[in-house]
Amino acid sequence: MSVRKIETRFDILRLLLAVFLAMGVAVVIILFLSDDPQLSLKYLLLGPLTTKRRFGNVIESVIPLLFTGVGVCIMYSANQTNMAAEGSFFLGGVFATAIAIRTMPPVIHPILCILFGGIAGSFVTMIPALLYTRFGARPVVSSLMMNHIASSLGIFMINYLFFDASAGFTCSLPFQKTAKLPVFVSKTSIHIGIFIGVFVVIMGWFYLYRSKNGYEIRTVGKNVSFAKYIGISVPSVIIYCQVIGGFLAGMGGAVEVLGMYNRFQYQGLTNHGFDGILVAIIAKYNPAMVPFSALFLSYVRVGADIMSRMTDVPVEIVYVVQSVIILFVTAERFLGGLKHKSIVREIERSMAQEEKANG
Amino acid sequence: MEPNILEMNHITKIYPNGFVANDNVTLTAKKGEIHALIGENGAGKTTLMKVLFGIEKPDKGEIIFNGEKVEIKNPADAIALGIGMVHQHFMLASSLSVAENIVLGLDNGFKRFDLKKAIEKTKSMAKKYGIEIDPEEKVQNLSVGNKQRVEILKALTRGAKVLILDEPTAVLTPQESEDLFVQLKQIKEQGHTIIFISHKLKEITSFCDRLTVLKMGRSLGEMDVGCMSEREISHLMVGREVLLNYEKPISIPKEKVLEIKNLTYIRNGKKVINDVSFSVHGGEILGIAGVEGNGQRELAELVSGLLKNYEGTILVSGNDISRDTVRMIRETGVSHIPEDRMTYGVVKNASIMENIIADRYYKKPFIKNALLDIPKLRSLANNLVAEYTVKCDDIDQEIRMLSGGNMQKVVVARELSSSPKLIIANQPTRGVDVGASEIIRNSLINMRTNGAGVLLVSADLNEVLDVSDRLIVMYGGEIVASFPSAKAVDEHELGEFMLGIKKQDMKEGQA
Repeated sequence: MSVRKIETRFDILRLLLAVFLAMGVAVVIILFLSDDPQLSLKYLLLGPLTTKRRFGNVIESVIPLLFTGVGVCIMYSANQTNMAAEGSFFLGGVFATAIAIRTMPPVIHPILCILFGGIAGSFVTMIPALLYTRFGARPVVSSLMMNHIASSLGIFMINYLFFDASAGFTCSLPFQKTAKLPVFVSKTSIHIGIFIGVFVVIMGWFYLYRSKNGYEIRTVGKNVSFAKYIGISVPSVIIYCQVIGGFLAGMGGAVEVLGMYNRFQYQGLTNHGFDGILVAIIAKYNPAMVPFSALFLSYVRVGADIMSRMTDVPVEIVYVVQSVIILFVTAERFLGGLKHKSIVREIERSMAQEEKANG
Repeated sequence: MEPNILEMNHITKIYPNGFVANDNVTLTAKKGEIHALIGENGAGKTTLMKVLFGIEKPDKGEIIFNGEKVEIKNPADAIALGIGMVHQHFMLASSLSVAENIVLGLDNGFKRFDLKKAIEKTKSMAKKYGIEIDPEEKVQNLSVGNKQRVEILKALTRGAKVLILDEPTAVLTPQESEDLFVQLKQIKEQGHTIIFISHKLKEITSFCDRLTVLKMGRSLGEMDVGCMSEREISHLMVGREVLLNYEKPISIPKEKVLEIKNLTYIRNGKKVINDVSFSVHGGEILGIAGVEGNGQRELAELVSGLLKNYEGTILVSGNDISRDTVRMIRETGVSHIPEDRMTYGVVKNASIMENIIADRYYKKPFIKNALLDIPKLRSLANNLVAEYTVKCDDIDQEIRMLSGGNMQKVVVARELSSSPKLIIANQPTRGVDVGASEIIRNSLINMRTNGAGVLLVSADLNEVLDVSDRLIVMYGGEIVASFPSAKAVDEHELGEFMLGIKKQDMKEGQA
């Protein structure tokens, strides 16, 4: 076994152990909180599988995470810590609304909505990118600020441009039927947005691992000095990876509102963008792994939700689980000592073998 | 017979990438001796000393100091025991004075810092060991040799009984090295033990008492220097006598591939390169000798396009590159083997293949339907790995797992396989073992014989002298000497030029 295999094995082991430990922590908390820990645990772990509708909930909440997750994968692969996928998602929904409330031919209608949402989303993430390449302003801060701008702008647009006075609460005019993404599984809200999401995952993987832009993005992310030395135009990579990342998040916002709602009714940021960051981290910034990490996150969330509705354990427990997992997945040195020992053992074994072979 | 002050028994150190740096190495040092630790680059000398100084944790083995078994967890432990180390790269606060550096970090309780006392202490220590240094001078104004003195004095002030010097002469000129040897002898006479890492034979035979030879992470034993000839030692070190005589057909210079006219580069108000003019023709190797930090690095980066905003003219194959990007310059046939391999040469967390394709992934034969043509790129990488005998599992292995020499082979393979017209090779064999160095040097010579022009920047005297056709010397950002034939250059004279003691009247040899 080579050193490389040992490393891969420990990566997987670390992930599994992270999940295991997180669940362990959840169990301990539940034991303390719940009057009927057994039932609570059952709902948490198996709740999403009990009815079709509940499992439908899991899949529905996976859909938007596919978009934001892949978008974040692309931005973070270039080592650009842009947090504005959140704002992109929100504004993407708003701009999709702007189109969705108008009369248009079917098929073209949702396509145009999603395109519009994507463009709006790409502007949100592009501004921090430009600020960084032009003035050296770190995107971590400027992108968080952008989220506020995006949400305020979005709320303003809904309230003053697309407001439905007859609805009785803050929301836009209803979407036209032609704009909606149809539900295709009965008794759930699973809509055809999932196919767009899967398409985005596939394209995202090809883009990042098979296109020349993707190669440039990953090279910039791993070693900027090298990228400059070899002749990659670093500022343009930094800008386009974030434009694309924001575009995908914006698409996600559009797909989500068109698939799940009949009008735009968010009152503020939705957290889908930040969840995208979680999903991308667990997926190690590989779009191909995004569906799995999104599924996992959604499953735990829905499980916790069912548990909180059916028992006396609050839903917040899911945040503990999430945090513990992220903590261990990102803690490179976790199990590092053990890994080193097994590498040492392996090397010694192969050296002994060589010696034997040499007589 | 003096007792052993230090015994390192059966030390094994394996790095996280699986590289066995030390394999069951034993080293003993006696009180009051200069013990040479010798071996090629990558033989494990520095690692062994890092283990001793508490920077690296050994995977196996024990250390016995002054007759007692000790565990050295960090440098603070090592210093407390009386072990001092002077690193290759100095660990000094350059904006502080010498005296401040000497006492920095010494326990002072909560008393106010007393500069006068620090100066006194420095003076008395300097006098005790016969080291000449001005305690009030700022470290940044000191020459490399003087900085090294500060480092040595710093270690001694902290009570070092055993002083480790990691290739101290690598950054020194021959004259400065001589001074260092005199000082080390004085320190030794006061009962200190010195462990002297080197791979220069002359130094070892001239003033070391005993030596330990490391080869590929293993110890070949300890010997008294007195009863060995240089030839025997070199035989031990590399398994054969060092033969730095490269076979080169006669250089047939062709058209100019690089022409530099009155080049000046200013950084922070300082002329890092000052009015430099020279040219490189196809079919020749122009060596630039010089102690590091005299403008060679900037020169290489200017020609490759990494630095901009210079005064003067740089023409590559007749084209002015002042407005060209790095990629445009590369497209005109310029290759660059960078000085700093880990920062510029490779992406350490990317595979060998991804490192090899970096300069051509976007070009015609490697792009199919707007996507990377993976089979083609793989076969390119496989061919180059075979051609340059890169030792690896396969091309998907991350490059950080390779040894320095194999990593550099990947860099060289990439840079030389794009049929360049001009190759900038900046310290191409630094930190590379002898075998790989030979492959790299021979590849450069082959490229030159086939018509490429090579600009070889090197601090390794043997390398510039043996590989170059012509030679120029840089000092303080200027060309201070130029030799039409590198063969005819006298090593000592070259040293004087490198040190800035001598300067040629530049009219005699047009570069």
